[in-house]
Amino acid sequence: MEFFQHLLNALQFGSFYALIALGYTLVYGVLRLINFAHGDIFMVGAYIAYFVAVLLLGGEGMNGLGLSPGLTLAITVPATMILTSLVGVTLERTMYRPLRRKGADRLYVVITALMAGLILENGNLALLGASRKSFPELMEKVVWTFGGISVTNLKLVVVVAAIAVFVLLEFIVSKTKIGMAMRGISYDKFAIPLMGIPLDTIIVFTFILGSSMAGLAGILFAMSYPILEPYMGALIGWKAFIAAVVGGIGDIRGAIVGGFLLGFIEIGVVAVFPSTLRDLFAFSVLLGILWLKPTGLFGVAKTTKI
Amino acid sequence: MQKHTFTISLFVGIFALTVLAQLGVINQYLQSVIMLMGVNIILSTSLNLVNGYMGEFSCGHGGFMCVGAYVTSVVTVLCFSKNHILGAPLLPPSMALFAFPIALFAGAAAAAVAGLVVAIPSFKTRGDYLAIITLAANYIVISAIDNLEIIGGPRGFMGMNAAVNGMEGIVDIPWMLLWVLFGTLFSVWLLRRFVSSTLGKGVPAIAQDEIAAEIMSVDTNRMKLIAFMLSSGIAGLAGGLFAHILGYVNPHSFDIMKSTEVMVMVYLGGMGSLSGATLSAVLFTVLLEVLRPLEIWKWVVIPLLLILLMQFRPEGIMGNKELSDLFPKLKKYYSFK
Repeated sequence: MEFFQHLLNALQFGSFYALIALGYTLVYGVLRLINFAHGDIFMVGAYIAYFVAVLLLGGEGMNGLGLSPGLTLAITVPATMILTSLVGVTLERTMYRPLRRKGADRLYVVITALMAGLILENGNLALLGASRKSFPELMEKVVWTFGGISVTNLKLVVVVAAIAVFVLLEFIVSKTKIGMAMRGISYDKFAIPLMGIPLDTIIVFTFILGSSMAGLAGILFAMSYPILEPYMGALIGWKAFIAAVVGGIGDIRGAIVGGFLLGFIEIGVVAVFPSTLRDLFAFSVLLGILWLKPTGLFGVAKTTKI
Repeated sequence: MQKHTFTISLFVGIFALTVLAQLGVINQYLQSVIMLMGVNIILSTSLNLVNGYMGEFSCGHGGFMCVGAYVTSVVTVLCFSKNHILGAPLLPPSMALFAFPIALFAGAAAAAVAGLVVAIPSFKTRGDYLAIITLAANYIVISAIDNLEIIGGPRGFMGMNAAVNGMEGIVDIPWMLLWVLFGTLFSVWLLRRFVSSTLGKGVPAIAQDEIAAEIMSVDTNRMKLIAFMLSSGIAGLAGGLFAHILGYVNPHSFDIMKSTEVMVMVYLGGMGSLSGATLSAVLFTVLLEVLRPLEIWKWVVIPLLLILLMQFRPEGIMGNKELSDLFPKLKKYYSFK
């Protein structure tokens, strides 16, 4: 029975990693850019959700609109996703695009992304102070028990959300026209504009998709673990990134598989060993996978033409 | 004469600094800033070998520094300090002067071996995937030390002052300042000798085109092994010095933030320029001290500066040129080999 309980926890954690990893993998798949700021966009998403929720709900020293928790949740989710994607698009417009226009080396874009992440983290710390925010409860906790396994409705929502997002993204990328354009850019960035496809629009769309997923992950995380602090995005972001790479970065299935794999490894380690060993094992296993298969599980090795 | 001016002025400079520190003209705070500067120079030049000259993207330099710091500290504490787990000191304090460089070397060697974790996968993969491996290596090192209760775990490790006190017991001069200055000089000299040697020319060749380098008879795997191990070994030396400057180490002071700091220094100075890396390490340390009153805003201002640098001068302050390439007239006055 305990096994199933752990399995459920692993699924929940895996869902968070998968949701963030999807954002990494989307941007990487299209632009070949590691958007290192993505973990911090997740953190910003959680904070935006907090402010929207407090504004609508009231409390925490603010005179909110006094809406009911259910209605608040219904508004918070889309509002956060939109606002978070605005943050992502702002980064794209102000930092990545000028560099792309100049034809700068990919490395410089990566460094810019890393620095943008630091600015988001520390800017938040400087503006809002080091006090932790506690997220208001938006969903009444319901616990179902099936023969010894207890499931909260929140956990189910998290897992379902991750799978739904995966299906949606897989559909967008493989079935729609805009998805075809995204795949095209990933294949050849120079030929695509010649085919009459607006490069910048597609890239902005990619950032909107990725960042809104990070925003969604932010809300769900804040609801599951209602303590917010500015550095919460850093470690989860790095781990999700590693999950994306293990799955084979640039591949949507890879992000989901990598995310859940990381969740299972972490919960599995915690179930057997003391919890301080969690990171050590998780990273060692991932390192081992990369040693054996450097392109990740779903990645395809590219041959370089001479 | 010009062949030796630079060397002579360096040694005179070290001597002058030590004398000034001894006489108390330079106060403790300034001394610690100079020592941090030295450590930062070692770190940024050593990372420059991998990220600059070899064109890889290693973002886990803090991990190797951590290995060096802990191994050096454990050796000196084992030898000179009474520790409730490691037991009574093995050597009398008068031996500190001889044992300290050995401890530093042990730390550097251990860090170089840790560099294998990154060097071996680099044979098969490069670019983004290698970046992840370095990142994971950094986390693994910190997480492993967190779980080693024998050396303090997350609480940190201390007792290194005994070795420093032992050295000061022999002759009372600011020994740590001297060690840091010599360590810095040694690292920069070693790196300079390496990249300008015939063997070392293979490193920029890999950066330009790995396949072409291989065709031109550069043993790329061997080059990568040497470059990664040298780079991480020197980072370990920096770690050992850093631990003895502070007298206390904590695994979390070597986390991804530290690695980012070192990367900032490398890219600020310019990839593939030792004088650039040195200059930027000095600038960066000064900047950190000047911006101290800004408190946390400091960490908003510094990334912003780097972003602006990437937008307007992506090659860094020096590009891939050395100081003497930019100002050829300087060659008349010095040559650094």
